[in-house]
Amino acid sequence: MGEAIVVTSGKGGVGKTTTSANVGTVLALQGKKVCLVDTDIGLRNLDVVMGLENRIIYDLVDVAQGRCKLNQALVKDKRFDCLSMLPAAQTTDKTAVKPSEMKKMVDQLKADFDYIIIDCPAGIERGFRNAVAGADHAIVVTTPEISSVRDADRIIGLLEQEKQITPPRLIINRIRQHMLKKGEMLEIDEIMNILAIDLLGIVLDDDGVISSSNKGEPVALNPSSKAAQAYRNIGRRILGETVPLMAIEEKNGFFQRFKSLLGMR
Amino acid sequence: MSLNHPFVTIKGRKDGLVLVMDDSCAYNDLLHELKEKLTMNTNMYQKNGPDISVKVQAGNRYLSESQREELKQMIHTFDYLKVEDIHSNVMTVEEFSKKKAQERIVPIARIIRSGQKLSVEGDLLLIGDVNPGGTVIATGNIYILGTLRGVAIAGSLDDGKHAVIVASVMLPTQLKIGQVISRTDDEERREDTINKHIPECAYLDGTIGKIVIDRMQAVLKKHNLPYSLEKM
Ligand SMILES: Nc1ncnc2c1ncn2[C@@H]1O[C@H](COP(=O)(O)OP(=O)(O)OP(=O)(O)O)[C@@H](O)[C@H]1O
Ligand SMILES: [Mg+2]
Repeated sequence: MGEAIVVTSGKGGVGKTTTSANVGTVLALQGKKVCLVDTDIGLRNLDVVMGLENRIIYDLVDVAQGRCKLNQALVKDKRFDCLSMLPAAQTTDKTAVKPSEMKKMVDQLKADFDYIIIDCPAGIERGFRNAVAGADHAIVVTTPEISSVRDADRIIGLLEQEKQITPPRLIINRIRQHMLKKGEMLEIDEIMNILAIDLLGIVLDDDGVISSSNKGEPVALNPSSKAAQAYRNIGRRILGETVPLMAIEEKNGFFQRFKSLLGMR
Repeated sequence: MSLNHPFVTIKGRKDGLVLVMDDSCAYNDLLHELKEKLTMNTNMYQKNGPDISVKVQAGNRYLSESQREELKQMIHTFDYLKVEDIHSNVMTVEEFSKKKAQERIVPIARIIRSGQKLSVEGDLLLIGDVNPGGTVIATGNIYILGTLRGVAIAGSLDDGKHAVIVASVMLPTQLKIGQVISRTDDEERREDTINKHIPECAYLDGTIGKIVIDRMQAVLKKHNLPYSLEKM
């Protein structure tokens, strides 16, 4: 029986889809059976980031409305046998699926996969409720901006009300080192102080993320990228390993704080 | 009206009048006699003098909300009289349990996050933070063992001006005590509070009609000590 992890943020454009694609990829790299689920109905783009757009025949709404079997809608990744994706529909809107239908699909997927990674749309309405309906765990993505942290806080509050979901864990995305140094960005421990949840990892702002998503190739597959290293570490932490933070963080003198945030001495 | 035993006795004091009322007669007799006596005394008061404060002592008579209002209005027809207090020894079970609820301390351990609102009757003892965008409301005082970054509303009932708000780290976006609201946007204070980690107390300073934030020790030393802290 697999585990379903929803990737959410409240605010739009902070990196939910990027995180879903890369977390799914690194778990597949570790040999886990992974299914990515795009719940951003009407604005799907997980398929583009994964480079699988041209393989889509059926989608999640077709499954919910009984036009096809769940298996028929799954798209196999071109790089990994153990990685699949359930695409969102593009031609309708978020109300086309009910949370109960979503939960049924995720429960069904849990029988065949080790990890179901659910990419949540922005907002706190129907799309959010669909995405969390079948989830066992949650990852909250934020950027080091006050508005993004505020929305993350709102989302954490909502996730805490979902009884079946374990306490959410945080990924801080798009950290820019030069801004951190100059004190122009919210500091990591300031964010941690406010949100007060476990830190799953931090991902630097990396041009490689944008170029690789344009190529339909998740950045995690590019070993020379700093973001890739961060995603690999996040993947190992999801699998339960204790992974220290990257050297890049050490150079900036944040290492001690990160270690304590991750519960390491 | 019975001659040997009046229903209403008017006593003059330094600080105003006290109306002592019989609590076994009919309410209407009381009202009637009160009016008569006050009318009789009209010429005793200076025309342009200051208002005279009136305290009503109803003894063991239960007065409903509307009866209290009626009494008040009747007394206020004499425009130099100002009712300060209507006291009765009796209250309904309902009123009593309501009052009791106002006086308890409600301990809650959690983080109040953006978009969340926690509202209690009585004093709130919050073990956890109030984040920006979060709100805590209490009819009494608010004590926060944590950081207050959101909104805190203390003394949310009519006579809440004596309520206080205490926090381990006081960085609110807004405070409200009784009817008075304050915004805090003092950057210097902010740095200070974060660095020193000194618990602070917000209270309504009656002399300036504004909410003041000060260190606990300083508040306790001052003369205008909020009564609710005295109680503790
Ligand atoms: N670490 C990063 N470094 C550089 N660019 C990034 C990073 N993470 C995300 N981006 C870029 O930010 C943009 C938004 O990312 P993404 O689509 O993953 O966000 P989202 O939260 O899924 O957005 P939406 O709310 O619209 O679904 C994309 O162009 C993506 O390439
Ligand atoms: Mg997205």
